Amino acid sequence: MIRVQQEDFDIGAEVARLKAGRSDIGAIVAFVGVVRDQAGAVEEMTLEHYPGMTEAELQRIEAEASASWPLQASLIVHRYGRLRPSDNIVLVVTASEHREAAFRAAEFLMDYLKTCAPFWKHESGPQGSRWVEANVPDDASTAR
Amino acid sequence: MSTRLLYFAWVKEKTGIAAEEVELPREVTTVAELIIWLKARGPEFDHAFACSNVIRAAIDRTHVRHDTKIGTAHEIAFFPPVTGG
Repeated sequence: MIRVQQEDFDIGAEVARLKAGRSDIGAIVAFVGVVRDQAGAVEEMTLEHYPGMTEAELQRIEAEASASWPLQASLIVHRYGRLRPSDNIVLVVTASEHREAAFRAAEFLMDYLKTCAPFWKHESGPQGSRWVEANVPDDASTAR
Repeated sequence: MSTRLLYFAWVKEKTGIAAEEVELPREVTTVAELIIWLKARGPEFDHAFACSNVIRAAIDRTHVRHDTKIGTAHEIAFFPPVTGG
């Protein structure tokens, strides 16, 4: 399941909902991406996205993970709008029988999300504001 | 047939618009040709697409390369490399 929203998410509640009524899940991995203040340089981060394409890309990425690993459930929640340091940005949860598939699928989802999902970060702080430039190692990591 | 063009992040800031409907001339058949056509529309577009090799494109909400044929696209978007996650 995927969700794109302005509101914050509750990791505990999301994990509880994902495993509710199921007894076949043996491993759950949850990853949370958080806004950093970068030693005071960032006071606010605004996340812009492409409504419609964002959802389509997240669904495509999730389907690719489900086809590659034996997952019993997965969830991607990505926020947009104005965020502040220590705010949550993204949540990825993967559930499988054994931990290896859950770990690998979670890492895959984050790597692909960072290179394919149409989000753009704009940071502002005491030094002014700027669009965050794409991270080259992230782009390269999808090639492995 | 009109085509909807969308611009995001600094591409939107530089062009000064987020979305528009345009009638594409017949000779514009690929994304790369569309960029050349857009650059000729005025200084804002020329500036926005100056480093056109950096700009990513999507046709009908799917990532495409610049050599992709536009075909019967309804929506074409231009944006910088993505930075989500």
